[in-house]
Amino acid sequence: MNRWDKFTETFFNAKVMEKYLPDILSGMVVTIELALLIVVTGLAAGLALALLRALAIRPLNWLIIFIVDLFRSLPPLVVIVLIYFGLPYAGPAPSGFVSTWLSLAFVLMAFSEEIFWAGITSIPKGQWEASRSTGLSFSQTLFNVVLPQAFRLTIPPLTNRTIAITKGTALGTVVAVTEILGQASSAMSNSYNPSPLMMGAAAYIVLFFPVVVAARWIESKFAWKR
Amino acid sequence: MTQKHIVEARGIHKHFGALHVLKGVDLKVDERELVFVIGPSGSGKSTLLRCLNRLEEPSSGSVVVDGIDMLSPKTDINHARQRIGMVFQSFNLYPHMTALGNVTLALRKVAGKSRAEADALARAALDRVGLADRADHTPGQLSGGQQQRVAIARSIALEPRVMLFDEPTSALDPELVGSVLEVMRGLRESGMTMIVVSHEMGFARNAADRVVFMDDGLIVEQGPPASIFENPAHERTRAFIGQIQRH
Ligand SMILES: Nc1ncnc2c1ncn2[C@@H]1O[C@H](COP(=O)(O)OP(=O)(O)OP(=O)(O)O)[C@@H](O)[C@H]1O
Ligand SMILES: [Mg+2]
Repeated sequence: MNRWDKFTETFFNAKVMEKYLPDILSGMVVTIELALLIVVTGLAAGLALALLRALAIRPLNWLIIFIVDLFRSLPPLVVIVLIYFGLPYAGPAPSGFVSTWLSLAFVLMAFSEEIFWAGITSIPKGQWEASRSTGLSFSQTLFNVVLPQAFRLTIPPLTNRTIAITKGTALGTVVAVTEILGQASSAMSNSYNPSPLMMGAAAYIVLFFPVVVAARWIESKFAWKR
Repeated sequence: MTQKHIVEARGIHKHFGALHVLKGVDLKVDERELVFVIGPSGSGKSTLLRCLNRLEEPSSGSVVVDGIDMLSPKTDINHARQRIGMVFQSFNLYPHMTALGNVTLALRKVAGKSRAEADALARAALDRVGLADRADHTPGQLSGGQQQRVAIARSIALEPRVMLFDEPTSALDPELVGSVLEVMRGLRESGMTMIVVSHEMGFARNAADRVVFMDDGLIVEQGPPASIFENPAHERTRAFIGQIQRH
């Protein structure tokens, strides 16, 4: 056996790959479910916090800023481990899936709140004043005048941050989530062969490469154009 | 009792922290009157205008516009503001909407018009400022003068009883000033009550009924344009007018 054959048999072993393809595919389904849940809930919560912050209620804003800074400074893995191993002592024992979802949703909430908030505050005061002077209320102004402009500014940084945090679903493997990496590494230990890991990597590329390309497109489309 | 003044501000004081910006301003404006406000930078002209529609909360005093007590907690301020148009130095058009969208927003959200009604009223307002053919342009596609005229259309579409102008031509290139002043002149001829803060002395001379000179948070003197410009009673007025005429 020459070195090339040895290389392919080790990393791209057809038999192993065929055997574990269904596991990797089911891992992809879990990763997609987890990612969608994180994106939807994380961004919704981040936007909700930014809107609450726009009400300018001092104590509430201090609380929001504290929560946001907390989740921005903790490594996501630490949050996952805390919820998975720590929460059972205090009450419910969340599954690995739920722990990963909640943790990354909190982290995305924190980062996206800051991005939404930066977008809202970057809209000139004159926009508020023009709108209010024609009789629109605070919330009508926020929703019709300020947010549509703020969203435009937030889309590029938000896309990048969302992708970065969503890739963190791989951390779920630490708390036994059967997502792509989890499936790939258990397949590797069962088969004594790293080919499943290569499949796992390929699965991530299949999932995220189109998203990254789309993000690049979005970024150029929403670049300053007034 | 009949309504004597359409705008009646009494004893307006405004503090920004330790800064005392308005020191007891009284201003009464008759229906169809054009009042022109001049004064040095920082004298409180913008703050006074902004107190009239409560963009700025006066520290004390009273403001009654078209019979509505603007400072009463019982007043629906958003409803009241429809009667008071405001035009800003920096236009403040909504950049994500077309000219038509800028004008229809408040018609739909505040005046409660249907989309079709709002569109018709907005097109009529744009026509009044000579921009009927620019309805579908966004602010970025319009010149400064056109943007300011859209901003005027946005206000007049709501059929206000009073229009406030805060240096409407100061941000414009000189060659675009005329088109905006012309629209303002047209408004005045249609009988609109207007309070105008501006440095356009030529416009003041031939369009204003009254010129008000403010300095240091107070109205120093007021009167017909000719008497304020040619024959000011106060030294500070004379100094200010001399200064701008030297430009
Ligand atoms: N929101 C604010 N907070 C603090 N100070 C303010 C605020 N708005 C205005 N001021 C101050 O109040 C004073 C009067 O301002 P104002 O804008 O009314 O003057 P103005 O007569 O319109 O001047 P200009 O001709 O430069 O526009 C200035 O000293 C200004 O710095
Ligand atoms: Mg001013």
